[in-house]
Amino acid sequence: MSGPQRAGEPGTIRFTFDGKPLLARRGDTLAAALLANGIGLVARSFKYHRPRGIMAAGVEEPNALVTVGTGGRSEPNTRATDLFVYEGMVARSQNRWPNLSFDVGSILGLAAKALPAGFYYKTFFGSAKRWMFYEWFIRRAAGLGDAPNAADPDRFAQRAGFCDVLVVGAGPAGLAAALAAAEAGERVTLVEQDRVLAPSLVRDPQELDPAWAEATAAQISALGGQILLRTTAAGYWDDNLITLSQRLAEPGQQPPNGAAQRLWHVRAKRVVLATGALERPLAFAHNDRPGVMLSQAVRTYVRRFGVVPGQRVIIATNNDDAYLTAAAMRDAGAEVVAVLDTRPAPAGATSGFTVHNEAMPLATTGARHHLREVSARVGGKIVRWQADLLAMSGGFTPVVHLHMQAGGAALDWDDASQSFLPGAARQNVTSIGAAAAADPIGPTPPPENSGKAFIDFQNDVSLGDVDLAWAEGYRSVEHLKRYTTLAMATDQGKTSNMAALGRLAEKQGVAIPDAGLTTFRPPYTPVTMGLLAGRSERDAGAHLRRLALYDVHQAKAPTWQPLGYWKRPRAYPAGTETLAQAALREARSVRTAVGMTDVSTLAKFEVSGPDAAALLELICATTVAKLAVGRGRYTFMLREDGLVFDDGTVWRLGEDRYLLTSSTGGADRMATHISYVRQFLYPQLKVSAVNVQEHYAGIAVAGPHAKTVLAALIGEEVPRHMSTVPAAIGGVPVLVLAASYSGERAFEIYVEASKAEPVWSACEAEVTAHGGCLYGMEAMEFLRIEKGHLVVGGEIDGRLTPHDLALGGMLNKAGGYVGAEGLTRPALTQTGRKQLVGLEALDGTIPEGSMLITAPGQPAQGHVTAAGLRVLDGGSIALGQLNDGFARHGELLIASSPTRGLIARVRVVAPHFYDTGGERYRD
Amino acid sequence: MMLITCPHCGPRAQAEFTYERTVDSVVQPGTDPAGAMERLFTRANPRGLDDEIWRHTFGCRAWLVMTRHRVTHAIEAIRAVGPEALP
Amino acid sequence: MTKYSALGLLRGVFNGQSHWQPAWRDPEPKASYDIVIIGGGGHGLATAYYLASVHGIRNIAVLEKSWIGGGNTGRNTTLVRSNYRQKPLHDFFEFGLKMWERLSDELNYNVMFSPRGALMLGHSDSDMAMLAQRGDAMRVDRIDAELLSRDQVAKLEPQLDMSRDARFPIDGGLIQRRGGTARHDAVAWGYARAADQLGVDIIQKCEVTGFVRQGDAVVGVETSRGQIGAGRTAICVAGHSGHVAAMAGLKLPVESQTLQALVTEGVKPMINGVIMSQSLHCYISQSDKGGIVMGGDPDNWPSYAQRGQPMVTEGAIAQAIALVPALSRLRMLRTWGGVTDMSFDGSPIIGTTPVPNLFLNGGWCYGGFKATPASGWTYAHTLATGTPHALNAPFDLGRFARGDTIDENGVGPMPNHR
Repeated sequence: MSGPQRAGEPGTIRFTFDGKPLLARRGDTLAAALLANGIGLVARSFKYHRPRGIMAAGVEEPNALVTVGTGGRSEPNTRATDLFVYEGMVARSQNRWPNLSFDVGSILGLAAKALPAGFYYKTFFGSAKRWMFYEWFIRRAAGLGDAPNAADPDRFAQRAGFCDVLVVGAGPAGLAAALAAAEAGERVTLVEQDRVLAPSLVRDPQELDPAWAEATAAQISALGGQILLRTTAAGYWDDNLITLSQRLAEPGQQPPNGAAQRLWHVRAKRVVLATGALERPLAFAHNDRPGVMLSQAVRTYVRRFGVVPGQRVIIATNNDDAYLTAAAMRDAGAEVVAVLDTRPAPAGATSGFTVHNEAMPLATTGARHHLREVSARVGGKIVRWQADLLAMSGGFTPVVHLHMQAGGAALDWDDASQSFLPGAARQNVTSIGAAAAADPIGPTPPPENSGKAFIDFQNDVSLGDVDLAWAEGYRSVEHLKRYTTLAMATDQGKTSNMAALGRLAEKQGVAIPDAGLTTFRPPYTPVTMGLLAGRSERDAGAHLRRLALYDVHQAKAPTWQPLGYWKRPRAYPAGTETLAQAALREARSVRTAVGMTDVSTLAKFEVSGPDAAALLELICATTVAKLAVGRGRYTFMLREDGLVFDDGTVWRLGEDRYLLTSSTGGADRMATHISYVRQFLYPQLKVSAVNVQEHYAGIAVAGPHAKTVLAALIGEEVPRHMSTVPAAIGGVPVLVLAASYSGERAFEIYVEASKAEPVWSACEAEVTAHGGCLYGMEAMEFLRIEKGHLVVGGEIDGRLTPHDLALGGMLNKAGGYVGAEGLTRPALTQTGRKQLVGLEALDGTIPEGSMLITAPGQPAQGHVTAAGLRVLDGGSIALGQLNDGFARHGELLIASSPTRGLIARVRVVAPHFYDTGGERYRD
Repeated sequence: MMLITCPHCGPRAQAEFTYERTVDSVVQPGTDPAGAMERLFTRANPRGLDDEIWRHTFGCRAWLVMTRHRVTHAIEAIRAVGPEALP
Repeated sequence: MTKYSALGLLRGVFNGQSHWQPAWRDPEPKASYDIVIIGGGGHGLATAYYLASVHGIRNIAVLEKSWIGGGNTGRNTTLVRSNYRQKPLHDFFEFGLKMWERLSDELNYNVMFSPRGALMLGHSDSDMAMLAQRGDAMRVDRIDAELLSRDQVAKLEPQLDMSRDARFPIDGGLIQRRGGTARHDAVAWGYARAADQLGVDIIQKCEVTGFVRQGDAVVGVETSRGQIGAGRTAICVAGHSGHVAAMAGLKLPVESQTLQALVTEGVKPMINGVIMSQSLHCYISQSDKGGIVMGGDPDNWPSYAQRGQPMVTEGAIAQAIALVPALSRLRMLRTWGGVTDMSFDGSPIIGTTPVPNLFLNGGWCYGGFKATPASGWTYAHTLATGTPHALNAPFDLGRFARGDTIDENGVGPMPNHR
């Protein structure tokens, strides 16, 4: 026997399975360790809770799923065959209650005859509530392991990779291809999902000395190649982008450096798929019992892990490969009771085993944990043997998943091996080795009892279920899959697809390639969600931007309010003040004295050049060119469909130089819009439009004392309303815009963001000296509602025209702006449209967002876009959109919020509640 | 994820680019309203090649026109537009 | 036809379930039909069923280029709800939701409609105000909606991250308790079986390659199985609407984009209902088999490839884990992409076209599944009578040029800005 000897050697790694302390040897998979400890029953199947053991030795394992790890690191549904034991590992069986050996759920197996494929489509009728009653039980019976109930303590790393050649699979073919490429001077990345190189050589050392793999790998590394073990090529995307998942720690293990796995996005010039082949099971009754294994898996356990999974083995095969397993078992001291070969007796040399030709297993019997007896049809007779292991081989399925993901949907059918081989590929990818060719196989006789002849082991889909689906008309392969749930389990059909296709072809009376083929989709093996999220999950991918003046705000412990990418101070509560109290105090300070606030996040664009006005008259629906130097005005912008999508102010700073401001939340959209108009529609314009949103911080000072404050700060004549002057505060250059969003005389001071703090401090000192205070967004909202200023996302909701918002009079009469054509659409000028109105409460408080109705039970005629109050007397007021609102001033309506049980009677008024004549702006 | 060859920057991952609109949707301000709405609100949307406007938003920010196949995603042609691309 | 029942299954214990008949026939196409429906997805099959059952028109063919239910019907995340802000949308979807509530019985096919609740999370006071507005708009129209406090949300979905310092802290939510999920395949199969019983010919592997014209009018279709005459022809092909309409010389307000979705390995129940968010773009539910089904935004660029961009799903997963941290250690089992017909106001198009005898049902964006019954019902009405039902009248093709768009998000005509 070659490979490790196990007998008598003490285990060196301690782990537990279902709480039982066990020993493993270094290099063991959990499956190997369980077999070495004589544990046959490892799991329960999904649907019928049938007892299951270990069938495979790799990622195709359908049965032996465990939950490994504890707390937030616990990983359900981990394949025992793809999990290397580590010190202290805690593994638990799953989908059983109260325990693995005695599982109440297994009574479902007794009812199996009444629960065929798709049974749930045929029953549980009645009301939805009635279905939910049944569903409650179904949901609890379904699922497999338990999800962790705590947050993941580990990190997941991500990295981009580039190479000339990506070789997937470090078997003999992959290693040779990688070496050849490296020798030709190509940058090579070689990935292997196992933790050792060329595991097939350890299994079958007669092919090539396993030491060859190490030597070849050393050569590849010496030539600069990169070899990643425990790394799976999971997805193959456009233009040779391959996603790799690299394990840095085993499932459930505390990672040494905090990162449990690493996700690679690798762009390769070409890809070589040396992904090997998977062995197929045979279909016969009770082929799912613990002790029935794939032939190569048995050989792997013997030769690689030194575990002999049985002492009396029956080999069942339709090909030559299984004879190697027979030899391995014999060498390991087990008794090869019989080899059942479906093929007729070959002429010539014999194998030295008791071979029965034209023989096929019929059924197995045994206990939950072990196999006892195998029966087979040999020629015309039924023969029975006592056996504790059945090693089966139904041939080999080349792993063409990545080839197909690459868009090489074309697969070639190879009749001798009864397998699909990679065909023409759209991308630069080739398949080699066992992934590109398979050995011939003999016939695979159908089972005599198809009901318990499983093909999808995890989901308990038998050939009988395939037959039923066919009889009921689910005849395309996709219908078959979906109706029976075949290939939908966590093994993704790796061992079941070909058996199902064969049966389907048989039913259709066509060759397998004509029966259809399902599409393989990413990932090749399941990928941890946290790995795909990377480090983005902490902020949901929406990174928070930091205000230039963050520190000065934070020192005042404001209440923060999220707004787009930002958080802005909402109010600065003093002492035990509530948010509402603080906001009202701040707003009153603005009305009666002075207040200041941070307006840095506003979108800002500097537009300059001979054609600056021309560009702005495209972007803005108002006139711009007529502005005198040093003056500014309110403006708004239309989408091409004629509806208002943003508003702001435009300022003429110099002959050919303008500043445009617009809403914070729409900043990116506005930047793209301006860029599109400038770069794509009007490349010939001589103009530069620069996004300076974060270049300048902005401070607004508002209130009756604002002018005095400004005079003290800039030490010269302050600009009159809607004018601008450059100035300096404490030696720092600033731009002062006399603009108001509050209804009071107000100024916006813009300063280079990195120099904002001293300017803020100087302003604050003056504001405080004049009896004022800081105000936040909540107070700003009160002030602007009372004055009837619009907000993007509230009144400006992307569904109204300038006319609807009472802005029609400001439209550029000459036209020519973006959206002028859209605005001519007939429905945009019809009656009945929503129009901007003001609302005054007759009683109670107008609920934010409530519906405007004429009487209870009547449909909504509009809604409240922003509810506020009269800052000085506290009366409830609001802005809203109302059908034909302009014509309804004076009408009484109900503002109703059924979700909050709130209601207020309101009067429709003009949307200005404060200083309607604009007296307070005048100097 | 496509590999897009920006005329300015060379081959870059699609993640650096944003799709903006199709060339057949472009409305030049000042055109007749009916024609403008026809262009704005309908698309050829072929199951094959189409001319699309993309932007190298997270790179050089150039506006690009590419002829791209909607099924294979193959890019047949790509060019930059904007002042620097004027004759 | 064997009626589906628990007794039928018990009978099968004794006969090996051998008494079941094919759920639908596999007929050869006839020379002509009163109505030919192009597209054997849920919508097309539902349309055929209601034409036959409500309007008594039974000489109908549903032509499917591949296998029924294999397009977006079989690729979506199976959410059913009617919680829209805009009236034409919530009225339409509410009509559909009421149909879902009795669909299994009506079809004698369990579509597993499970109203476990559709919860939309709010992450700020302004989110909560938007949710209240949406809820109020629904409630005024007698559609169920309930504002939930933070504590109520935490109790409903214990796996949510309720920490105050989260990037998107959860302040509450709006729940439509009658919303939930259904079994997508069953919807196509159930309608197919019921329509077939009423005499509808469901013809699979029959691709339409052109229209037969008489003057302007469409009088039939060219198919991979020969020419088929049609009194009226109904396009119902979702992401392929533009392609099929182009054969009739029509350009549509639709752009086809990939929408990806994914499912994790199955786990025991951890998510009770449907979780969505006012600020984030992911939606999460758990199937009866235990897999966490989720999706996010479309890929935002045109494609017919049913193949997505991996970083789009990676972004959606990051958002989902931000909401439900325990998803981190689950494994993504499968991803897939559907071709969605993104319309230019985000709302569907159901009605007549400028081509005589040719009708259109499309523009479903990524919200078509929940509409299946209402879509079939109203499209059948439109096809049978030649004029739209009151519920689909607002969703006509002419609304874009006219200016009557129904824009739930207020973002305008570029689907990739949606």
